[in-house]
Amino acid sequence: MSPMLEIRFHGRGGQGSVVASDILAKAVFLEGKDVQSFPFFGVERRGAPVLAFTRIDDKPIRVKTSIYAPDCVVVLDPSLLKSQDVTAGLKDGGILLVNSDKKPEELGLTFNGTTATVNATEIALKHGLGGKTSPIVNTAILGALAKVTGYVKLDSVAQAITDNAPTKPEANVAAAKEAFDSVVSRRNAA
Amino acid sequence: MKTYKSYVDLPMSPIADVPSSEESTAGWRTHKPVIDLSKCTKCYLCWKYCPDAAIDTDHEGWPTIRYKHCKGCGICAVECPRTCITMEKEI
Amino acid sequence: MTKVVMTGNYAQSYAAKLAKVQVVAAYPITPQTSIVEKVAEFVSTGEMKTQYIKVESEHSALQACISAAALGARAYTATSSQGLLLMHELLFWAAGNRAPIVMGIVNRAVAPPWSIWADHTDSIAQRDTGWIQYYCESNQEVLDTVLQAYRVVESQDVLLPAMVMEDAFYLSHTVEAVDVPPQSAVDQYVPKLKSPWVLEMEKTMRMGSFMMPDLYTEFRYKIAKGMVDARKRIIEADDEYGRRFGRSYGGLVQEYRCDDADVVLLATGTAASTAREVVDEMRKEGKKVGLARLRVFRPFPKQEIIDIASRVRTLGVFDRSWGFGFSGPVGTEVAGVLYRSKAKPLLKDYVVGLGGRDVTPAVLKGMFTDLLQLKGESFETEWVGLKRPEREVGPDA
Repeated sequence: MSPMLEIRFHGRGGQGSVVASDILAKAVFLEGKDVQSFPFFGVERRGAPVLAFTRIDDKPIRVKTSIYAPDCVVVLDPSLLKSQDVTAGLKDGGILLVNSDKKPEELGLTFNGTTATVNATEIALKHGLGGKTSPIVNTAILGALAKVTGYVKLDSVAQAITDNAPTKPEANVAAAKEAFDSVVSRRNAA
Repeated sequence: MKTYKSYVDLPMSPIADVPSSEESTAGWRTHKPVIDLSKCTKCYLCWKYCPDAAIDTDHEGWPTIRYKHCKGCGICAVECPRTCITMEKEI
Repeated sequence: MTKVVMTGNYAQSYAAKLAKVQVVAAYPITPQTSIVEKVAEFVSTGEMKTQYIKVESEHSALQACISAAALGARAYTATSSQGLLLMHELLFWAAGNRAPIVMGIVNRAVAPPWSIWADHTDSIAQRDTGWIQYYCESNQEVLDTVLQAYRVVESQDVLLPAMVMEDAFYLSHTVEAVDVPPQSAVDQYVPKLKSPWVLEMEKTMRMGSFMMPDLYTEFRYKIAKGMVDARKRIIEADDEYGRRFGRSYGGLVQEYRCDDADVVLLATGTAASTAREVVDEMRKEGKKVGLARLRVFRPFPKQEIIDIASRVRTLGVFDRSWGFGFSGPVGTEVAGVLYRSKAKPLLKDYVVGLGGRDVTPAVLKGMFTDLLQLKGESFETEWVGLKRPEREVGPDA
């Protein structure tokens, strides 16, 4: 089995899920790996659920299909836990990372794997990213992702954010770093 | 919603048998407009600008948002000359 | 060597910029829009010295490009699906006027039903218009091929327009690492040649004149000949690109592990990329399978197909489109070409991936496995994964 890693992001249109998968791809690329990242839109409107995918591999990625069995799932909007089966297809032992103010065990999830939570909304607002009603959580989430999965180094994420953030690169990098430090993960009870 | 197991079961061409007025697009929005009628002067610019025709008027002529079809674009809030309309986060 | 992580759409935009196109006229359509948005951005910053014409429809977009080409300008546009269909009558005009336009096409399904997802029907349905057709499997190839296309279309013995295809979403919206060649090297590869066939101020000339039956045929034959002559230019452009930039794509058909294969699948677009993984996996299991990627559909690679056919026992054809008549369009043409060939392998056509239905490794493995056990003499067509009544069996065409 190749070491190719597959990540799926769940968000709502306009929250930056696609940008998150994009910056992750660029961060991983800085480390000399091959990357592939793409979105799936149901309806191209703000507020509609959006999926984004990233593939990471040491060798050239030739597969160009959707991702059905991700190693990691990232949820940018906690309300999606109620309306979508975010862990569908998640590999055994996989990781679910959720933007939430709760602790992992408080989410009550029982899938075979690890749940991680980070209050990306609070971190984003603290660093002035987005407005109260629509915080930009994607850079914070990437910092947390780097910590819980180890798929990419925090420095690479920081560099990719600096190179690609349309505004406030320093604040975005600071948010990623704070999320890296504050994310909590816990293996789910069997 | 009906699921189709075979092409034989499909109608001759793709159709929707529900009028679009019956389809709620409320779930598309993250923010909803709220009109402060105390400031409203019934200029009807909000009604005029709404791209989805989701603003009606009640029996007294006050503008009302038809939340079933409002997608929360916020154009009414931007266009209202008296800033009567605020966009409130939902969910 | 600058490697940038970018979408297939931006690869088109960067290529148009490197090719220093002089006129761009385009109309937005999902999933092409970001190609011309990026071009508009380049024009607004001055990175591209291009006249950007906003038009009211795709039909007008192509007309503007035909007119620009008629005045000797290097023109570029891009569209997809319904937009390409709207251009249909002008596609014949562009070829007939010998306009060396390059157009990016994001392959998207045609309505009805309304669909925004990957499907080749839009461009395959234009196979009779006289346009050269390239199909890409990676964002890198998209960028490289747009540049190659300009070199080919502006050749004096070709002077026919070209389409450069990329699959909707699988390439258009997917970011991959792309090497962006330096401008100076591109300038040498695709210098702007003085076109021999242009309207000039001092000369009285009207293009597209009326023709009586006594010469109409001969004008159409000239187009046909241009397409035949394009073949060697396509190969030359690809070889030269390889020499200068270190990347080439096998000309018209790119083979992968076909030399000692019992079974070869002829596939197009991103599914061919996925198929390479499947070939490697099946080879490890001892199955002698190979993948031949159809990179250029027009002019049709007759020699390459006959050559592969002479080496294999079974040939499968991948059609991500349908053209009513006989079979899948590519399958029909392969069967036609093999009529002249001494070697006649077993042949089967697969219609698959329409409307964005994902062509997964499992689906491709199923096709290879089917080909490996194929017997019988007749040319069959199968609509892979078709939801059909349980008792219904037999070939689909």
